[in-house]
Formats: sequence, C-alpha cells, structure tokens
Amino acid sequence: MTLLAGEPSGGQAPTGPEQPLREEGPGFRQVFVEGIVYGNSVTVTALAIVTGIVLGGLLIAFSDPHVLHRWAHLFSAPGAAFSSAWDSASSAYSAMFQGAVVNIHSVGKAFHGGSISSVFSPISETLVQATPLILASLAVMLPFRAGLFNIGATGQFIGGAFLAGWVGFGVSLPPVIHVVVAVLAGFAGGAIVGGLVGALRARTGANEVIVTIMLNYVMEYLLLYLLGTAYFRRPGRIDPISPLVQGTARLPHLFGHGLRVNAGIVVALAGAAGVAWLLKRSTFGFEFRAIGFNPRAARTAGIDIGRGYTQVFLIAGGLAGLAGACVVLGTDFTLTPQVYGTYGIDGITVALLGRGAPLGVVLAALLYAGLHAGGVQMQASTQTPVDIVTVIQAVIVLFVAAPPLIRGLYRLRARPVTSETRATPTITYVGDP
Amino acid sequence: MTDTGGIDDRSFNASSYQGLLDAAKADPNITTAYLQSTTQSDYVPNINALVQRNCGIIVTVGFLMGDATQSAAKAHPTDHFAIVDYNYSPPLNNVLGLIFNTAQAGFLGGYLAAGMTKTGTVATFGGMKLPTVTIYMDGFYDGVQYYNQKHNKNVKVLGWNEKTQNGTFTGDFTDQTKGKEVTQTFIQQGADIIFPVAGNVGLGAAAAVKQNGNGVHMLWVDTDGCISAPQYCSIFISSVTKGIASAVKTVTLAAANNQFKGGNYVGTLANNGVGISPFHDFASKVPASLQSELNQIKQGIINGSIKVASPSQPTS
Repeated sequence: MTLLAGEPSGGQAPTGPEQPLREEGPGFRQVFVEGIVYGNSVTVTALAIVTGIVLGGLLIAFSDPHVLHRWAHLFSAPGAAFSSAWDSASSAYSAMFQGAVVNIHSVGKAFHGGSISSVFSPISETLVQATPLILASLAVMLPFRAGLFNIGATGQFIGGAFLAGWVGFGVSLPPVIHVVVAVLAGFAGGAIVGGLVGALRARTGANEVIVTIMLNYVMEYLLLYLLGTAYFRRPGRIDPISPLVQGTARLPHLFGHGLRVNAGIVVALAGAAGVAWLLKRSTFGFEFRAIGFNPRAARTAGIDIGRGYTQVFLIAGGLAGLAGACVVLGTDFTLTPQVYGTYGIDGITVALLGRGAPLGVVLAALLYAGLHAGGVQMQASTQTPVDIVTVIQAVIVLFVAAPPLIRGLYRLRARPVTSETRATPTITYVGDP
Repeated sequence: MTDTGGIDDRSFNASSYQGLLDAAKADPNITTAYLQSTTQSDYVPNINALVQRNCGIIVTVGFLMGDATQSAAKAHPTDHFAIVDYNYSPPLNNVLGLIFNTAQAGFLGGYLAAGMTKTGTVATFGGMKLPTVTIYMDGFYDGVQYYNQKHNKNVKVLGWNEKTQNGTFTGDFTDQTKGKEVTQTFIQQGADIIFPVAGNVGLGAAAAVKQNGNGVHMLWVDTDGCISAPQYCSIFISSVTKGIASAVKTVTLAAANNQFKGGNYVGTLANNGVGISPFHDFASKVPASLQSELNQIKQGIINGSIKVASPSQPTS
C-alpha cells in the first residue's frame, strides 16, 4: 500500500493500527489547528482586534492629504498636527460605527417624526452582511476541527446559490413550502460539491486543499456557462443573468420592507447552533474531533476515518450552500456570474478569527460584517477609501493567526497547554519531528 | 457610485467620476462624493447609503447596477438618479438612463483597423459578454466587413462573430494577465491590430502589444487612450470613445439647476456622444484617403445612408 493510498476507503471496516497513515506524527496541520483553537486566549484575539483598529486609524489619518499638510508644519504647530490626525481617524471611525451599529442623528430624528427604520438600518445591514459570512465560515470551521482545510467554500457557495436560485425562479410552489424547498435545495447543492471533495479525500487520499481550490474554478466557470444558456438566462437579456426569484421563494423580511434583514440570519444562527450541538453532543462530532486530534489514534479506536471525512465535507458543503441560498433568496434575488462575491475567502479568515468555535465564528462574522457595512458609511461621509477596511481586517487576521506577534507586542506569556485547554490528551508537539 | 473597478480604472468608472468633477468645476455649488463597490452585493447598501445623504443626484455606473438602481428609484421617488450604460423601458420618471450607440463609433474603428492592417487580420475581445461590450464588437465587425465590401479585400476579424454573437471574453474587467494572454494568442494567429473592450484588462493587452513591438497596434476603448493611458500612446492608432464624462456632467448640472428630467439619453455620432479620437502619433501614418473615407462614413451613418446593425443597439 502506497503512502497516498494508505487510508481506508469509506464503508470499509476499520483497519488495524499497524497500517501506515498518510499523516505520520503531528504534521503542520495539526500544529496549526491546535494553535488556532487552543493556543489563542480571548485576550490575544481582543488585542489583535484593538491593534488592527489602531493601525487602521493611523493609516486613515496619514492617507488624508489634509492631515499630511498639517504634519508638514509639525514643529511650528504640533497641536494642530496631532489634532487633525485625531479628527481624521475619529470621524472616519465614528462614521463607521454609525454605518454598522446605530446612527445617533437618526435616533434624534425618530423622536421628532423621522422614520424608525433608519434608526435600525445600520444594524440591519450588518446582519445582512453577517448571514452568508457566518454560514461560509462554519463551512470552513467544521472541517478545520477534523484537521481538514476547506478552501472550497466558494465552489460550494455557488453550488448552493445555483440550486436555490433555480428552484426559486424555475419552479412554482405554494408560499412557505417554496422558500423552504429552495433553502433545502441550497443545502443540497453545496453538499454535492462538498461531498465530492470528502469522497475523493476518503477514497483516493487526494489532498482536499488542491481539490477544493480547483473545484472553485470549475464551479465559477460552470456558473458562467450555465447562465449563458438560453434556459437560465433572463428573457429579453443577452448578458448572463438569471430570471428573478419568485416572490414565494424569497426569505421573508424580519422587520418590514424598510430593512433588508431577513430570515437568512435565523438560518445562519440555527446553522451555528447546529454545528455547536454536532461538535459537543453528537457521536459524529466526537468522531470528527477525534480525527482532528490524531487520525491514527482515532482509527485505532475504531473510527472509520474515510466515512468521517466524507460526512464532514458533506455537512460543510451544505453550510456553504446555505450561505449561497441566503444571498440569492434573501438579498440578490437573481444569479449573476459574480454572485459568490468574496464570501468563501472571507469565510476562511472569519473561521480563524472565530478560533474554530461556533460562537466565535458568529461573533467574528458580526465584527467583519460590521466593518464592511460601516465601511460603506465611512466612505460615503468621509470619503475614506473602502480599501482601509480590508487593511484593518487583514491586520486583525494576521495577528490572530500569529499569536506570538501579539504576545511579543504586549509582553504576554504563552498560554500553557494543559489537559484543561485540550479536550483529549495527546503528546505535546513543538513542531514537525 | 462606481463598480468594482473604482474611479481609477481609466475607463467607464473613471469617465463617470470625471463627469462629476467637471460639473463641480463648472458650478461651484456642487459638491461630489463617490462610493466604490467591492462586490456586486454592495450595490444595494451603497445606493442606500447615498440616498441617506440626500444627494441631488446619484449616478450609478454600469449595466450590472440596473436592478439595484431600479429598486432604489422606486423606493425613493423624490430622489434623482442617472445610470450609465442602462435604460429602462418603460422609462422611470426619476432616472435618466445614459446610453450610447457605440456600434456607430465601433464601425469607424473597424473600418480604420481594416484600412491599417498589414497582415489582413484584426482582433477584438471583451471583458464580459454584456450588451454594452458586444455593441462595440458588433460595430467593429461591421466596419471591417464594410471595408472588405468597398475595397474587395478579405480582412479577417478574430475574437467576435456578429452573426453567432460568440467570441472571446476574459471574464472580468480587472485581470490584466488574462488580457495579455488573449492578446498574445491573437498576435500569434497573425492579428496586427487589437481592439480590447474590457476596461482595465485592456492595459494587459497594451503591455503585450508593446512587448511584441514589430508592427502590432491597438485601438483603445471608451476614452482617448493617449490621455487615459499615455504610456501606451505610441501604439494607439486611435480610440473608440464614448462621451460618458460629458453626459454625466450635463445631467449633474441639470440636477443642480432643478432641470432634471428622467428618461433616456442616447449618445450617437450625430450628437458627438460617441466617436473616434484624434490619431495623435499616427496622424501622419493614417493615409489621407482613409481619413476622408472615415469622414464620409461618419456622415453616412449620421444621415442614415449607412446602416449599422447591432442587436445590442439602443432602441429608444
């Protein structure tokens, strides 16, 4: 048996412990996964966020020509230089807060006959942005806990968006049933793409990183091709855009038509709760985590690793597919060749930021979504380029992914790895042997 | 509000923003602001953010924002909008669609290319298969066929076939590497004049053309290439232009003076909404006979004696 084909195929009885596994000892993956899930304390994550925001503020201040002009006169008027830098960064951030959480001015207006919906529209936008992010990053996080890297949330998102959209515009069903069937179709679409990856990993030992990246391309071009065919193209248009999703298949608005927040956020939170239950309380989840900790020990304990890989990717793909369904049925109502946006890639960073836990993922997605929704407002009212948001996000993730940086910066001690911080006892690894 | 290309794409987003800046220069009471979209999902929240700022007019850029602009315009009937490259039928009262019959200008570009080619092969490609892209390619194709018919030549067009409406597309308007690859393939197939209709991707094409050197040239699109991408001026025979900036400027000034009217504006050769730019470095290299033929054809298109047939032409 070669090294690459050294794993049992799904459905086979568990093989003996003496057979070689592909991953001998703790590979890079295991060390990385453990570092993210157990090595980062809440303090490190919080400090990473603060550092990102401070660095972002400096960038905002010093990319503002007005501020730079004042700094040219630093020695003659130091007060003006510092205050203009502070004003620039603080006005940008306060605009961001108003765009992501609540706009104080609209609260005042609401008491004097203004619209209530404008008070809640920032938080509604944040929730709308968070919906696909939560689901896509759950799709990354779950395989992560089983020691697998899912870079393919984009492809699975497309699979889900496509099937959900198709059911949405191509099938006529009664209200309520239609939207439920469309959402389930989204799960199925993603699960098909994800399950393919899991099956390939289980049966042939194909590296899931490569397979998922390649499948992203396959799905992107498949979508472009399908939208170009007469069947999926909107009548009267020659560009690749699908018909509009029927009213019966749209996710209902939660708080009236003035706010875009819709039932998708409920789906996302249910997904997060489901994954939490799966990991903590179910046999599946126990097996996933056992495989993640130590595949060899898991096999010795009688866990069918191949089946585990397939199941993990089926569920993960389904979650990414739900993200696609929520975008198509909740906000976009149509399929375009760029419908997948950057959710799949952002899902990876949100999963890292969320430290591989469902609650962490939800909070991290809310932070990301808030930065994004607030970024729009920041650009609209202070003309700070929206790219600054990407920089802040990148800096935060950089620090979260490299805890020693933050520990060094703030002189924190490394968190000792004890049996309490680890769910099952394994050998402590320092690096690749 | 710009598409993902942003205000420095040297193409339609840049032109639209330039139109706003020109309007602000002409009327000091106008202040401008812009929002860049990072993905298509940003269209709706971005428009909403601008609506909440009580803008005098909101200019959305690009065909892809058609649905988002329409729903925003219906939800806010007292706000004024203009959308570049899109029109509604029936027209909306508070949206002015700015559309351009660029097939007419592409026709001139195609005729010019056919007259200038040495190898007898010219090529075009698009960014995405959108009507606003293929309309240029239709015009270009027609112009070459018209030249063949007039001069009994057989100049071939690579990258687009008007009859089947199929051709070469790079898939987006940002990836310059793809533009470079496509252009290199065309050059290997013998094309010596390339006409990219792909925004920023065209810069990749220009890099490939310049790298190749010997005798391969280009037509730039949307704006005068010698102004928007001067580093490549030496390889641009001309540019097939679309007057987005002046149309945006006009509608912005109208909105500032309370003279905004919804409906559609169609830029044509007749109202100078589309055209081909000066030849710049090629002024002495384009034969006088070809230049006068181009002028005749322009008149012919304006008075209707030459028909440009493109299924993507604006009808209203």
